[in-house]
Amino acid sequence: MSILHTVNKSPLDRTTLKSCLNLAVKGASVLLIEDGVYGAVSGAESTQMVQDAMGDVAVYVLGPDLKARGVDESRLIDGVKVVDYDGFVDLTTDNDTVSAWV
Amino acid sequence: MKFGIQVNEGPYTHEASVTAINFVKSAVAKGHEVFRVFFYHDGVNNGTRYATPPQDDINIQQTWSNLAKEHNIDLVICVAAAQRRGLADDGEQERNKLDGNNIMDGFRISGLGQLIEAGIECDRLVVFGD
Repeated sequence: MSILHTVNKSPLDRTTLKSCLNLAVKGASVLLIEDGVYGAVSGAESTQMVQDAMGDVAVYVLGPDLKARGVDESRLIDGVKVVDYDGFVDLTTDNDTVSAWV
Repeated sequence: MKFGIQVNEGPYTHEASVTAINFVKSAVAKGHEVFRVFFYHDGVNNGTRYATPPQDDINIQQTWSNLAKEHNIDLVICVAAAQRRGLADDGEQERNKLDGNNIMDGFRISGLGQLIEAGIECDRLVVFGD
């Protein structure tokens, strides 16, 4: 069974991304939305943690929320996939269940 | 697929209401059904009809109401959360002897059972909020 995890707060603000990545099992997907998109940025405190997790889980980020914060896609960690809202909906249907780290 | 949505955060707080609205719009545009949106905790404030945001700002309550009408979506406000925050419909007004009500067109007030039912009935339950 595959799970889509959504994280909506910055790793500088909350520990939800850390908890999520610690508990997500191999084959899971993690979608960063709202302030959670800061977790997808390279050269940050959280970068190594996200890169380490990416061997087992796929990391996605919501493009419109990146744009709203002026974060250019060139600043993202290699391998993080940018999706729009249609992609968000597809991730919820492609996975068996959705878990929101709120 | 059949979707249930849960909104735990008030409008104009962070972003959850708008994220949920955008998700619902995308889901219905892709041919999915949104069976119910359940508003819980501060999320119940998504259902007041007395909000008058600036004209160049999104009117979140009205947007929900319009979406519900267009796509036949059941908008349910948690009764216990509503009572604590001063959200009332006709029934609540009468029961609690209030001098008016403030629920937005297209919303209704009911209990947590509606959230459980959405969890059972829907293929996916997607949660937004703090």
